[in-house]
Amino acid sequence: MRSAFAIMEKELRVYFTSPIAYVVTAVFVLITGYLFYSIVLFASSQSLQMMRVQGALPQINLNDLIFRPTFHNMAVILMLTLPLLTMRLLAEEKKIKTIELLLTSPVSLIAIIMGKYLAAMAVFTIMLLFTAYMPLLMGTYGSIQWMPILTGYFGVWLLGGVFIAVGLFASALTENQIIASFVGFGIVLILWLIGWIAQGMSDSPLGPMLAYLSIGEHTENFIKGLTDTQDLVYQASLIVVGLFLTHRVLESQRWK
Amino acid sequence: MIQVQNLTKRYGDHTAIEDVTFNVEKGEVLAFLGPNGAGKTTTMRILTGFMPATSGTATIAGHDIFDEPYEVKKRIGYLPESPPLYTEMTVTEYLRFIAKIKGIERKQRAQALTRALERCVLTEVRGRLIGNLSRGYRQRVGLAQALIHDPEVLILDEPTTGLDPKQIIEMRQVIKELAGRHTVILSTHILPEATAVCQRVIIIHEGRIVAVDTPDQLSAQLRQSEKIHLTLKTPQPETADVLKAVPGVLSVFHEPSSDGQVFIVECELGRDLRTELASQAVHHRWGLLELRAVTLSLEDVFLKLTQEEAPEITA
Ligand SMILES: Nc1ncnc2c1ncn2[C@@H]1O[C@H](COP(=O)(O)OP(=O)(O)OP(=O)(O)O)[C@@H](O)[C@H]1O
Ligand SMILES: [Mg+2]
Repeated sequence: MRSAFAIMEKELRVYFTSPIAYVVTAVFVLITGYLFYSIVLFASSQSLQMMRVQGALPQINLNDLIFRPTFHNMAVILMLTLPLLTMRLLAEEKKIKTIELLLTSPVSLIAIIMGKYLAAMAVFTIMLLFTAYMPLLMGTYGSIQWMPILTGYFGVWLLGGVFIAVGLFASALTENQIIASFVGFGIVLILWLIGWIAQGMSDSPLGPMLAYLSIGEHTENFIKGLTDTQDLVYQASLIVVGLFLTHRVLESQRWK
Repeated sequence: MIQVQNLTKRYGDHTAIEDVTFNVEKGEVLAFLGPNGAGKTTTMRILTGFMPATSGTATIAGHDIFDEPYEVKKRIGYLPESPPLYTEMTVTEYLRFIAKIKGIERKQRAQALTRALERCVLTEVRGRLIGNLSRGYRQRVGLAQALIHDPEVLILDEPTTGLDPKQIIEMRQVIKELAGRHTVILSTHILPEATAVCQRVIIIHEGRIVAVDTPDQLSAQLRQSEKIHLTLKTPQPETADVLKAVPGVLSVFHEPSSDGQVFIVECELGRDLRTELASQAVHHRWGLLELRAVTLSLEDVFLKLTQEEAPEITA
């Protein structure tokens, strides 16, 4: 456990001495911020219109109107940016041969993987915290329900946890960071697209099954503010599977 | 300290090492000598637990490398062929990280760091980024990394490649100082290195051990006949014939050189004719400049063994 922390600390140091963590955070914060701004503009023009029609201040639900689309946007942008955060983690160690140092030190493979996973999770959590101004702003100028927002954030955080586990796995496959980022993105995209395919097949029995496998389906409930153990189990098992496969890949590479 | 038995490693159907067996005593410095692709790195990678062997066993400090990898790894310091460095870290940051993953207790880390910096003469560059250091300094950081937890066994893969002659001498000095306190295995193809720093040499070729011995013994084993090198300032035309007439002389080769004439006199095995030859030279006033017995250098031994692939010489 102590060695996992040593690895995590080292990864965080590398993240913050290289531009990558800053760039990924900046891109994420700027794009989500811009989209949030457009959503707020759109919502306020809509409610003004309703006021004119009804002649009174309408009962609008800020949670549904603003935060649900915002969480969706976050999910999509994370799908594009988190692979950039994870691509380095193992590919680089293999390329510069420092993997030889890690694997000949009295550190278990599990500690190495956990250290790296937790470091990426820490950076991602900081990224997500940067968007906290959104509910704070809305809470100040309007009335929002906090519970669904926290649940939504939790859902996005879990989703990012899956993306990072997948990205770490992709990084274990190759020495090339670019390839690692594309493979990571590809896998996540497939997990996402399963949901669309499921929608197209809603009348066949395969539909609900695919829908269950889709990652979007399980994030949707959290974004709506609903906590379902099934969703939690799904996301957690994807993370575990991702980390387990990473372990298998690294172990099998030793035997080659 | 180290027992290796019948270690074999195959990559697909390519055999990198086959049936490698040897022992290393505590405090000994042992060299792996062999040409490119001989299997030196492969053997070291197996011993350090980086990869498993196809078959065979090895124990280090009483712990089996396959059954107790964790115990073994704690006791080994390893400098791979290319030093495993994070170029974006400073020397101190890097060594602190190493100290942590090697499991050095928090209280002892500062002391271990200072000692490693001193032993590898890195104190002056401790605050520099590793990426900005010269090749020689990087190699020393690599060595400091292997030493920091004061391991019983050090495995150094070509520790002097890429260094300039001055740094090679410094690096060898550092390695010599490790002997006794640590058991050291190093690999090299720079042949005099083995003679300079090691008590025992293992010559490995195409994955097999072809010879194990001390540098002196190896050349003695291979000496086919005694040769004497003689440099004369003013030899006479009949000199070669006179030398040949000395009892025990088999043949005489003659070649001119810059500071006189060189005669290589080959004698019967086990006969040292140096005194006879000297008195002949003085007697005939040939102007004796130099007289010495020729022993095969390690280079000769090495070439001979690897070219002839003489397994019968295996000790
Ligand atoms: N990952 C690998 N896959 C396939 N073959 C390999 C691999 N690593 C090494 N080999 C082969 O195993 C043999 C031994 O290689 P090894 O690196 O141990 O040699 P070496 O003695 O260290 O050589 P050098 O002096 O060049 O460092 C070589 O023929 C090499 O081509
Ligand atoms: Mg090698």
